[in-house]
Amino acid sequence: MGFEFVYSSKLEAAVNWARKFSLFSYPFVTACCGMEYMSTAAPKYDIARFGSEFPRFSPRQADLLIIVGTITERQGPALRRIYEQMCEPKWVIAFGVCASTGGFYQNYSTMPGADQVVPVDVYIPGCPPRPEQVLDALVMLQERIQRGEGHSQIALRVDQGYDVPATAIRPVSRPAPAAPAAKGK
Amino acid sequence: MAQLVLDRLLAQFSAGEIIKTGSQHGNEWARVRPEAWAAVATFLRDDPSTAMEMLTDLTVVDRFGDEPRFDVVVHLYSVSKKHRVRLYGGVPEENAIIDTLVPVWPGANWPEREAYDLYGVRFKGHPDLRRLLMYPEFVGHPLRKDYPKEKRQPLVRRQTGGAD
Repeated sequence: MGFEFVYSSKLEAAVNWARKFSLFSYPFVTACCGMEYMSTAAPKYDIARFGSEFPRFSPRQADLLIIVGTITERQGPALRRIYEQMCEPKWVIAFGVCASTGGFYQNYSTMPGADQVVPVDVYIPGCPPRPEQVLDALVMLQERIQRGEGHSQIALRVDQGYDVPATAIRPVSRPAPAAPAAKGK
Repeated sequence: MAQLVLDRLLAQFSAGEIIKTGSQHGNEWARVRPEAWAAVATFLRDDPSTAMEMLTDLTVVDRFGDEPRFDVVVHLYSVSKKHRVRLYGGVPEENAIIDTLVPVWPGANWPEREAYDLYGVRFKGHPDLRRLLMYPEFVGHPLRKDYPKEKRQPLVRRQTGGAD
């Protein structure tokens, strides 16, 4: 599958280049993964080297939501609301196996992955992940932003009326929507 | 070690109220009739020789298949006498209700709400018997043995077919 359609203009490429090196993150920290997140942000691993040094504790000032830790069903509405408060385009990283899949919590209270309520761009496995993995995920996300493949970037293009392939709207492994109609939001 | 507590209980209450007592690995326990639950608790707190000032924990055991199905379990500790005792109050499934211990130990408030939330045992006279951990929309009591352990009751989900 190709993503050639995203190179619609040189301007977009330049804007995406600027976006990927100025990510303002909102850490949604709920569990023990938060320690690794702090380690990643602290001088030893120093996420600032990759242009994402500034955690904003307000979703309205952030464009990268980092979901760090277990998400329960009860937290679902709050998480969804925080995501909706962020300005577009916005990106989401699921930090650790609990945020990605629910991890070893297979029970009545734990959400089986934060992607049940918000679209996740990059998943980081590990319980908890090493800081190197987090930096790797950040670089992967930056490559994705440059190519315009973020969920929110694609959604914006759908809203603007571009002809977006159905495979870009959902990964091929999931059932594709019947018609990629413009979303009224 | 706390045989004194059991002796005091048996001297004070009738055999119908204290159904059975025992000691396992040095931990004394007493099985209490649910109707005498609050009276036994008040006595243990107020009697100078037992002096159970502290409620360590309150929880429920689901003995699915047995009668009575639920055991309300209370762990008591005396800070001054340094002894412990454990009380069981068996309640049946169809009438899972027992006296509240909030007037005796205010610390029983949230443990009883948790027990109600997760096991569905109601506490008569509790000042504010709402769910504590699960959300109000939740149906059922998830720590009961007959609750499907992976059954989820989502509050919100992504729309299918959208780009987000």
